Amino acid sequence: MDGFSSQPISPATRTTAWAIIAFLVLPITIVFAVAVTDRDYLAMPVDEISFQHYANLFTSPEWLHSIWQSFVIAFVSTAIAGLLGTLCAIGCWRISNRLSELVRVFMLLPVMVPTIVYALGIYQFFAELRLLDTYLGLIIAHAVTGLPYVVITVSTSLAGFDGKLERAALGLGASMGQTLRLVILPNIMPGVVSGLIFAFIHSWDELVITLFIAGRAVFTLPRRMWDGINEALDPTMAAVAAVLVVITVALLTLELLLRGRAKK
Amino acid sequence: MATTGTSAAHAQKSPGRLSVNSIMGSEGRYWLLIAPAVLLMLGFYFYPLARVLWMSFTFPSPGLGNYEDLIDNASVHRTLITTARIGVITTGLTLLFAYLISYVLVHAKPKVERIMFLGVLIPLWISALVRGFSWFILLRREGTINDVLISTGIIDTPLDLIWNELGVVIGMVHYMLPLGVLPIYANMRNIDTRCVAAARGLGASRGVAFRKVFLPLSMPGVIGAGILVFIYSLGFYVTPALLGGGKTLMIAEYIQLQIMDLVNWGRGAMLATTLLVTILLLLGVMSRIIDLRGLFGGK
Repeated sequence: MDGFSSQPISPATRTTAWAIIAFLVLPITIVFAVAVTDRDYLAMPVDEISFQHYANLFTSPEWLHSIWQSFVIAFVSTAIAGLLGTLCAIGCWRISNRLSELVRVFMLLPVMVPTIVYALGIYQFFAELRLLDTYLGLIIAHAVTGLPYVVITVSTSLAGFDGKLERAALGLGASMGQTLRLVILPNIMPGVVSGLIFAFIHSWDELVITLFIAGRAVFTLPRRMWDGINEALDPTMAAVAAVLVVITVALLTLELLLRGRAKK
Repeated sequence: MATTGTSAAHAQKSPGRLSVNSIMGSEGRYWLLIAPAVLLMLGFYFYPLARVLWMSFTFPSPGLGNYEDLIDNASVHRTLITTARIGVITTGLTLLFAYLISYVLVHAKPKVERIMFLGVLIPLWISALVRGFSWFILLRREGTINDVLISTGIIDTPLDLIWNELGVVIGMVHYMLPLGVLPIYANMRNIDTRCVAAARGLGASRGVAFRKVFLPLSMPGVIGAGILVFIYSLGFYVTPALLGGGKTLMIAEYIQLQIMDLVNWGRGAMLATTLLVTILLLLGVMSRIIDLRGLFGGK
């Protein structure tokens, strides 16, 4: 049987597929090359490799301030999204009727609705609440749009969790809080951590909402980079991009390792 | 007995007693777990969205005045047509590339499959800003590609690769490709390869077995990916704004200009509403064809 299906791909098809993968991955690596340029504009290194732009990034008060602001906002909004998203996913999983399914679908909408539409609404709403250009405003907006990632990953974990364990715990006299903490949470931890990682990356990289609701007092890393690209062509931005790529890849590796361990 | 009685048991702190309300009571408490997330979403997601919808009909004056732009405003027309055209081109190219990658993925040895899939997964999570910026470095007039082509003598004058539709489409396809691979690949993994083997065994050529057996079986994934990518393309801001350079205006950037530069809230809200309704309709179509929850890692 397998004789027919083992070699269904021609070498040309396989080569094309790898070429497309190269098209996906290679362009991103250009930022690493440009980040170590010895010029003061966006170009490949000419005479030598120089770390002056990394040095500039990590000594400039403006960039450091933006990194710090981005980190605080991502950290707090991830914590909120993680807590509320996990509880919501558990509740929906436990109830599991038409209404709770509907709730779950609605929780996923922020992934599908274009950010620009939401940005408009939240800009106008926050102007009224005087939350424009504040930490709190960005944290709320990022937590709300980060929720779906947590709901998705935790729901996936719960789908593989045996509900009988929960009923056994309740049957043995554990309270609902104890059951959550001691039985359900440890079993779905990989899903929760994945959700936290995705929610963190989401906030850390988010630009469109930030363009609308922040810009002076709160100036996140993507926001500073955006202004930088549009105004000056400073290679420091390539160093920023390189750092962003490294952080994302590190977080993703962590996520993949956790998921790999969860499977065993 | 033990399982039905328990929730009532600890609710009343007196083990062993059964109550009719026990099931309802426990469900009520699970709704309490859901409530904080739902309230946050209602207050800070759906309410602001509803305001945009409301404003599109009421600002600056009540009625459908803003929507007349859809019929008779030339710059709105141009933006809508540009958006649709780039959306269609991006979706077409993305589907073609995503299909090829997925096809090779499902037929590869597990180890190769893992490495190749990483090549899809890592770009998926790298921000649109960084990826757009990479293309900006590569494609601009003084960029890497033009530098190399000129220094090797292939061309004399730099090519216009950016600040036009070409640049936007390159950046968009690059952004959308991983999103396109996921549904197609997920669907292909569930195709029983023995069907293809059986067709081959019954005398079909490789091409015929693919066209008549594999391709039809993989269509749900392709349609799902197509709608998903098209939806994302329509509302996309970062890449078109970065690589279009203000000349190739898509709807998201046009909306941003209306609000931030022209303070034309009526038109901005109207276009945002139009975009939202279009996307919800497409999602409705999609949910009839494929299981949305499966796409987002549900059950």
